[in-house]
Amino acid sequence: MLEVRYRTARALPLGRAEARPSGVAIRPADAEARFVLRVRSAEGEVAGLPLDRPINTVSGDDRRWIARLGPDEWLIGAPESEADLVANSVASDLGTRAHSLVDVSHRNVGIDVEGLRAAELLNAGCPLDLGETAFPAGRATRTLLGKAEIVLIRRAGPGARYRVECWRSFATYVHGFLKEAAFGIGEG
Amino acid sequence: MLLIACPHCGNRPETEFRCGGQAHIARPEAPSAQSDEAWAEYLFVRKNPRGVHAERWCHVHGCGRWFNALRDTVSDRFIEIYPMGAQPISELQSEARA
Repeated sequence: MLEVRYRTARALPLGRAEARPSGVAIRPADAEARFVLRVRSAEGEVAGLPLDRPINTVSGDDRRWIARLGPDEWLIGAPESEADLVANSVASDLGTRAHSLVDVSHRNVGIDVEGLRAAELLNAGCPLDLGETAFPAGRATRTLLGKAEIVLIRRAGPGARYRVECWRSFATYVHGFLKEAAFGIGEG
Repeated sequence: MLLIACPHCGNRPETEFRCGGQAHIARPEAPSAQSDEAWAEYLFVRKNPRGVHAERWCHVHGCGRWFNALRDTVSDRFIEIYPMGAQPISELQSEARA
């Protein structure tokens, strides 16, 4: 019986027609500007985005956001057209405070995962507790998806809208992993 | 799955962490004044207790921070998590076993 089950879960080289739609949309995000900011003290704000929010939270809106990944590390996202603007205003907001701002726009790839059962899909490869209390809207953290490191952001607002940020070289793996996980969910 | 309490992120799965080996190993002040035996001891000789062990851990796929932890190597239970540079409050005694 086990063989039969494995056969039905097999991935075909050309993919398969989605017979049981999972209801979760997996969309590669458009090109975006992203920066990694390292600064020792979490005070004030940069480019209109607050630094002093708790670790593992995201603030701002969908267009321009800042995720605090550690005590002194932030990931900033913005539309591609505002890349220079954000970089300049971060530098001027921090003034003489020692900091490092690295443009990682081309290193990072974003994948939007949205839908009622998005958390279930992500849990196919992400060991975090993505329940409402442990990972509510506005949370963001670095974690793992399968074998790749990702930054998982849950957008503010109602519904389950996640952004998976991974490195460019892992992007096809991560995207394939999510697609594959969507097979397993179906309509349930 | 083993959960490890990162001081910044709270309980996180073990796969996000990397163990950095034994904690509290001080580099000798004057390495060139050391005898070969003492230097080899510093470089290579580590504890491998059956019981409580002080270790360095890094939340590498998370906040990226290092911290110290006391872990019982038999039960795999984390007894104490404390910052780098600090000393543990708990004693390095093995947990009572049935």
